[in-house]
Amino acid sequence: MAAETERDAVTGRETTGHEWDGIKELNNPLPTWWLYTFYASIVFAIVWSVLYPSLPWLDGVLGHSERRSIVATMNKAAAEQRPYVDRILKTSLDEIRVDPDLLTFARTGGRIAFNNNCVPCHQAGGAGTRGYPSLADDDWLWGGTLAEIEQTIRFGIRTEHDKTHSSMMPRFGADSMLTSAQIDDVVEYVRSLSKSPHDAARAARGAGVYAENCVACHMEGGAGNREIGAPALNDAIWLYGGDRAAIRTSVFMARSGVMPAWQDRLDDATIKMLTLYVHGLGGGK
Amino acid sequence: MAFRHAVIERNSILLLVLTLLTVSIGGLVEIVPLFAVETTIERVAGVRPYAPLELMGRNIYIREGCYLCHSQQIRPLRDEVERYGHYSLAAESMYDHPFQWGSKRTGPDLARVGGKYSNEWHAAHMIDPRSVVPESIMPAYPFLDRPLDYALIADHLKANRAVGVPYTDEMVASARADLEAQSNPDADSTALLKRYPKAVVAAFDGNAARITEMDALIAYLQMLGTLVKFSDVKPDALRQ
Repeated sequence: MAAETERDAVTGRETTGHEWDGIKELNNPLPTWWLYTFYASIVFAIVWSVLYPSLPWLDGVLGHSERRSIVATMNKAAAEQRPYVDRILKTSLDEIRVDPDLLTFARTGGRIAFNNNCVPCHQAGGAGTRGYPSLADDDWLWGGTLAEIEQTIRFGIRTEHDKTHSSMMPRFGADSMLTSAQIDDVVEYVRSLSKSPHDAARAARGAGVYAENCVACHMEGGAGNREIGAPALNDAIWLYGGDRAAIRTSVFMARSGVMPAWQDRLDDATIKMLTLYVHGLGGGK
Repeated sequence: MAFRHAVIERNSILLLVLTLLTVSIGGLVEIVPLFAVETTIERVAGVRPYAPLELMGRNIYIREGCYLCHSQQIRPLRDEVERYGHYSLAAESMYDHPFQWGSKRTGPDLARVGGKYSNEWHAAHMIDPRSVVPESIMPAYPFLDRPLDYALIADHLKANRAVGVPYTDEMVASARADLEAQSNPDADSTALLKRYPKAVVAAFDGNAARITEMDALIAYLQMLGTLVKFSDVKPDALRQ
């Protein structure tokens, strides 16, 4: 066979003997470094699959388990925070509030939990957006004390939970409780409560509609009632917009915003830290 | 070297035998572990087949390619567990055909998104993601507000049953009724909840009068990660 090998005149290399249109292929061996790296990677793979779990029946001689290792990692992280977390669990919200060291820890932890869980609705820094109230002002739907904020976070608003905040505004238009003209009148009256531009004659008629239908929840002069989450109407803060069309829709269809309950999703310490963070955004009572 | 390629290349029988040997090693390494795939599924309580509306939502999730940007797989790493919750179990996707683990997170992981946001939020977010998340780069899906075509829902269940999802005859027979009951909070959902525990019943898109693709997709999102009670799960008990 050796007699059949042919050397290329220019490079002096062996050819494969294959020829295409007068061009011959050189029989270059694989680079040595490449070949031995390849062999080494095969050896590495075999050693690795013996040491670590590789096949369903082989747990690996090192006994490594990602699932045990994450538990150890989480426990280590928890242990580092334990001195603070234990104090947060044992201390009441009001006491944490006057303990600068603990409060700094709680608000930092609260901010992280807020950014992860709450920002999609309440926006960065609790600025709020249409349909999701601002948490940075002192206008609260369900109350802004520490205890009230904690309850709202734990059990949510209009959730399945027994202790959830819940109230239902009637659908005055959709359920034909008020005529279209009455709704237009009461919209003007509601605008007058916050001194927004309004039609005085219609607002005067709307005052009667308000007294009969709205005052029980939204209170005299639109002061609102935090017991039942009835928003104040006498400020210029609007959850769904303060233009005529938005207020009209609110009266016609009624709004009933929902906030999830976080009791089963977040641990007690996180809920307390979150409460203190939200309370400290600017409007805590 | 005595053993050279030239020898193999010029002996066709030897070449054939060695080729078969090489290919069969590769094949065995890939195929044999599949026979043990059942043993990798943990035994945890709570995982059930998708309710019909959730299944339709899952089909829309696949149709719109949500998996291209969203994963459904929380790895056992501290940052993922702290952000998303308990790491994912194989059992949680045992009724997924195909599974939606994904391999890319342009958007966040969705394995535990169920119950995290309200239905209103999801609907607003699908119609215009920027309306609730100003920095979002997710495309808008306002067209999902169209009627859901669920004429073939029973067949969807049967197709899943054919590949191993334990839908019963009763589930197949009542698929249409279950789908309609889940999207209407005023309907009697007792039978639905008996067949599919923990199913969320709501007018997901805010309108109980019509069943839209939005209803189905939100129903699916709201059940993700809600079936297994992770406070009861112990890592060592997960070994089969």
